[in-house]
Amino acid sequence: MIKLLKNLRKRDWIYFFVSTCLIVFQVWLELKMPDYMSNITQLVQTKGAAMSDILREGGYMILCAFGSLVSSFIVGYFVSRIAASFSFRTRENVFKKVESLSAEDIKKFSTSSLITRTTNDITQIEMIIAMGLQLMIKAPVTAIWAVTKILGKSIEWSAITAVAVVILLVTIGIITKIVMPRFKIVQELIDRINSVTRENLSGIRVVRAFNAEDYQEEKFEKVNNDLTNNQLFNQKAFNVLNPIMYLVMYFLTLAIYFVGAILIKDAGLSDKIVLFGDMIVFSSYAMQVIMSFLMLAMIFMMLPRAEVSAKRINEVLEAKTTVQNGSVKENPNGLKGTVEFKNVSFKYPDADEYILENISFTAKRGEIVAFIGSTGSGKSTLINLIPRFYDVTDGEILINGINVKDYDEEYLNNIVGYVPQKAVMFSGTVNSNISYGSSVHGKPNQKKIEEALKVSQAYDFVSKLDDKENAHVAQGGTNFSGGQKQRLSIARTVARDPEIYIFDDSFSALDYKTDATLRKELKKYTKDATNLIVAQRIGTILHADKIIVLDRGKCVGMGTHKELMKKCKVYKEIALSQVTKEELENV
Amino acid sequence: MSNKENKTAPPIGPKGGKGTPEKPKNFKSAIQRLTKSLNEFKFLIILALILAAISSVLSLISPNKLSDLTDEISKGLVINTDNMKKLEEDLLTNIDEEKLPQVLSQILNLNINEEVIYQVNISNIDNSSKSLFNSTMAKISEDPQNTLTYLSQLPDEVLNILLNDSIYNNINVTKEDKISLINIFQDIDNDDKNYTFVNELPSSIKTILFPATIIDDIEITTEDKVKFIVTMSNINGDTPTNEIYKLVGTLPNNIQKLINPTMNMKVIKKITITLVIIYIISALFSYIEGLSMVNVANKYAKKLRTSISEKINKLPLKFFDHNLSGDILSRVTNDVDTIAQSLNQSLSTLVSSVTLFIGSIIMMFVTNWIMALTAILASLIGFVFMFIILGKSQKYFTARQIELGKLNGYIEEIYSGLNVIKTCNGMEESNKKFDELNHKLYNCNRKSQFLSGLMHPIMNFIGNLGYVAVCIVGALLVSKEMITFGVIVAFIMYVRLFTNPLSQIAQAMTSLQTTAAASERVFDFLEEDEMSSQKNIKKILNKDKVKGKIEFQNVKFGYDEDKIIIKNFSATAKPGQKIAIVGPTGAGKTTMVNLLMKFYDINEGDIKIDDTSIKELTRENIHNLFTMVLQDTWLFEGTIKENIIYNRKNISDERVREVCETVGVDHFIKTLPNGYDSVISSSDSISSGQKQLLTIARGMIEDAPFLILDEATSNVDTRTEELVQKAMDKLMKNKTSFIIAHRLSTIKNADLILVMKDGNIIETGNHNELMKENGFYANLYNSQFESIK
Repeated sequence: MIKLLKNLRKRDWIYFFVSTCLIVFQVWLELKMPDYMSNITQLVQTKGAAMSDILREGGYMILCAFGSLVSSFIVGYFVSRIAASFSFRTRENVFKKVESLSAEDIKKFSTSSLITRTTNDITQIEMIIAMGLQLMIKAPVTAIWAVTKILGKSIEWSAITAVAVVILLVTIGIITKIVMPRFKIVQELIDRINSVTRENLSGIRVVRAFNAEDYQEEKFEKVNNDLTNNQLFNQKAFNVLNPIMYLVMYFLTLAIYFVGAILIKDAGLSDKIVLFGDMIVFSSYAMQVIMSFLMLAMIFMMLPRAEVSAKRINEVLEAKTTVQNGSVKENPNGLKGTVEFKNVSFKYPDADEYILENISFTAKRGEIVAFIGSTGSGKSTLINLIPRFYDVTDGEILINGINVKDYDEEYLNNIVGYVPQKAVMFSGTVNSNISYGSSVHGKPNQKKIEEALKVSQAYDFVSKLDDKENAHVAQGGTNFSGGQKQRLSIARTVARDPEIYIFDDSFSALDYKTDATLRKELKKYTKDATNLIVAQRIGTILHADKIIVLDRGKCVGMGTHKELMKKCKVYKEIALSQVTKEELENV
Repeated sequence: MSNKENKTAPPIGPKGGKGTPEKPKNFKSAIQRLTKSLNEFKFLIILALILAAISSVLSLISPNKLSDLTDEISKGLVINTDNMKKLEEDLLTNIDEEKLPQVLSQILNLNINEEVIYQVNISNIDNSSKSLFNSTMAKISEDPQNTLTYLSQLPDEVLNILLNDSIYNNINVTKEDKISLINIFQDIDNDDKNYTFVNELPSSIKTILFPATIIDDIEITTEDKVKFIVTMSNINGDTPTNEIYKLVGTLPNNIQKLINPTMNMKVIKKITITLVIIYIISALFSYIEGLSMVNVANKYAKKLRTSISEKINKLPLKFFDHNLSGDILSRVTNDVDTIAQSLNQSLSTLVSSVTLFIGSIIMMFVTNWIMALTAILASLIGFVFMFIILGKSQKYFTARQIELGKLNGYIEEIYSGLNVIKTCNGMEESNKKFDELNHKLYNCNRKSQFLSGLMHPIMNFIGNLGYVAVCIVGALLVSKEMITFGVIVAFIMYVRLFTNPLSQIAQAMTSLQTTAAASERVFDFLEEDEMSSQKNIKKILNKDKVKGKIEFQNVKFGYDEDKIIIKNFSATAKPGQKIAIVGPTGAGKTTMVNLLMKFYDINEGDIKIDDTSIKELTRENIHNLFTMVLQDTWLFEGTIKENIIYNRKNISDERVREVCETVGVDHFIKTLPNGYDSVISSSDSISSGQKQLLTIARGMIEDAPFLILDEATSNVDTRTEELVQKAMDKLMKNKTSFIIAHRLSTIKNADLILVMKDGNIIETGNHNELMKENGFYANLYNSQFESIK
């Protein structure tokens, strides 16, 4: 939590300081008010007291109240600025940090967790600052000040107040101690009930097909019971708190009055009226003391929750980026479009087993190199090493003769164009999606976009849209089908004109016909570029210049389709699982 | 397929958290429905509400009691005026204006006769004195009332002759005493209220004028009385109160005892005990009230959750095509939570606040209407102020919620597309938009938080304003003796009791609105049309006796009545046949399965299993006849074994292993740390291919006469698929199977291929026949080998 406070700027600290001063002033005013109150009480009690005196004291009191109102307005203004500025800056820092993380780092956190860390966790802390900051300053100041005000007055009264405070704090402490661990359980059970319901919903057809409705309901009921019981326990425990607080507060006043009565009775005549005034003032100060202790207790209950959020945010902010940026921003040896893997091996840092082992190959300008293999063979991982989503564990990857690690990220991204398996769409328009980011050529113009759309076989359906290229794209591209998204995603990369294209199973959602046409057009368009294609379908890669067959992270074959059919058993198996022998021979 | 689309759509859940209160479409009916379903908790709720009302009434009584207590204590501050009056009366018995001359003349016992006059005149006093004496005598005889005054003008030597020792009321008054009395009177200025001279009187005179008396069992001696008079004569209208109290302190003890303030400890004790009882009862009631509401809220929430969960399984699949699962999820948790919370807190708060509010108004008006108006007016000014601010802030709250939603959505979008952003060098662009959104949110945040922070201080101020107003008006009324001080004390309490519930009512009302909106959603869901009743269905097809014939007869179907997808579909599957359905996305392949499984009811035509219409069979019966493996790899959190066995009973571990071996996941499962007991959690290292194999294993663990594979192998690579295919072919033996596949290679060996396009079967036949036809199928098939020329 404290670490996060670094995100506040100097200006915020000034606000904080001014707020603190104002809050002290406010407390002073608020503690001044009981004095005026008792003055008014005395004046009202004295027969024949001048009306003007009451008006004067009343005026002072209103002035105090108004002063406190104004100062809390100002404090509120500053605190809201501090809170908003805190969340603004923290969010910015976390966001930029996440952007700088490598795919590997992100995998460790998981995307959805990063999203909640950037959104909910920050909002959580912001709320606590907005609500708690004032309390955090005010409660101790009030407590200390009010205590010093009453301490000298009467031992009896002070003792009563102390007892009241102790009873309250002990009660709150005990209840919190009992309830807190259960709160965590409740939170887990809520997640659980969510997941059981989600499970039932997402698998609704399976549930029905298996006649498993009762099974699911039983499962739900179990969690539902657990949740209800735990919540009942918690709320019952908390229910004790309210009457106790009520009793302590009212009994405190009553006790002060009763003890006051005895004190007054025994006092000398001249002391009586003073004692009476003291009694009234004391009871209102005692209330302030109790209130401020209650506020403190509340803060202590709120803090752990903020602490959890703060910890989660800090984990992100402190994460070390595993991929370090290089510095090469030019092409020193005149090569274009060459990719070379030299004995590349890769494994996740914590894993024992290698995902890729000892892969070597070279792709030259204008070549099509394809990767094929069964699920989990490491095709995607291999290709992800080129734009440095991960860094190799051993060996090196050279682009145009230079290790990818030495390139400046932006420069590298301009050379390499990557099309993911799952098309990513940004909310905006078709245009804004195609022209996303920047390339060596700057932003593509309309003509370029049109060309890219034509190459990727997206022009037909885009031109049928109401607003054509300016058609709206919903978040996640939900208003386009999977195949359409994939084509738009390809168009985006085409518009960037990279030297090296990487297609990570990017044609999977297309039907055979579109797939074939697209590849034909693509080949025409990218004849000067290098194509690296990961594919599942034999048909997609049949005509590649070089096919690399992967099996469990190892290269088990390399060559053209014909060569591989002859010498690579795994390739042959894959091919024959898709088409018949005769058909393959016809190609 | 619309339900497929839904799955990929981001769950539109309650991401933004709670913000502006939502408004229900129909508040009244929502509340009515809520009340109706709360019927079984009626007793507890009414009990709780009554207790809440009672404890409010009790807290309305307690200020009065507390003000009585204050009054009682303050009685101990002022001098006992009754006794003071008695004392004064006692003092005046001998010295009031009429009685005093009489008493004095009796004391003097003056006996003016010829002899005395003669004696004076013959005495050897000077002549002027003698003539003064004579003229005085004349005046006295004319005006006997002022004898003392006239006498005092005479010189001592004359008086010496005139006066004699005498006895008055058994008290011996000497001649000297009399002379000094007359002399003292000589010095008195009648207008002066200074009675210090009393002290100088001869003791015999003092005793006569201020005889010792007993007031309220306290004996007051002559000396005490004299001292009292002397002390009191120091007091005039301008003497400050503390000065008076100081002087009172110097009075003789007996007098102090008499006039000192008396505090009636008995009454104080009584009031205190009454208050203690009131507080304890009030606390007890509020505890019981809370307890019963906690019970009601949680049990009701549980009931709602159960109903929702059960409802999910009673709804036709059609419902899920149009509703996002995130939406339903949020009903189970958030909406039910909102309702429970509001039951737990808002309801009783509302009742006690309203009671308190109305009660305090009534009590105020009953006590004093002027003060009541003052208190209400003063609070009203503050509230108008507050509502203006609140009205303004509403706008910013909404804006904040919208901006937060936008930013969160944007963050989600960027994080999930980070790879693309990086490789497109789009960071600058994404940062720019992020900064822009972040800035907007900052501004909204700042304003909405500032405004919401104002509530509390304003409430405080209203309280103080009311306090002062009540004090000032009260003081005015007290000075006019229209009310007593206790009324002010009571009103100070009433102002607090009056202002607090107003904000609580406002809060409870907004939360009631949200509750109404939440319960509207929950009840709308619970009241959705359920699947058709199956009560009248008696026929049962025995799984073991079914031969395996399926007949589609002129089937017509559309997810929406006016949008028919399957137009006129007829086909027959003979027992043991392998039937494949192919066609482009959206052609209606999965729809066929949905109809076969009776997930949806067909509009026209009929489907017959072994010549029995599915309309005559229960859904459960039909489901029992089919083994179904779906495209989506649906696994739940639980062990692998649990996932495979699922709801079936009496499945041995041996059988589970056998099936897994057939499917080819046995090896993989064994490499997991806990083997078949390894827990599958959502973000695990199990690949989608392996997941699919597990679901296939689940489907195959129990034998059924029919098999449906709906894109069951789409997530495994072709090689694995072939392995699975072989295993399944074994299983498919003697079974009628339906296969929907994306990859044409999977279905080449089917007995019958149905090529669908736009909801119609456009081609039928086996692979070779269809290829010869050179139609849609052939075209589709060949395109996968189309080379790049």
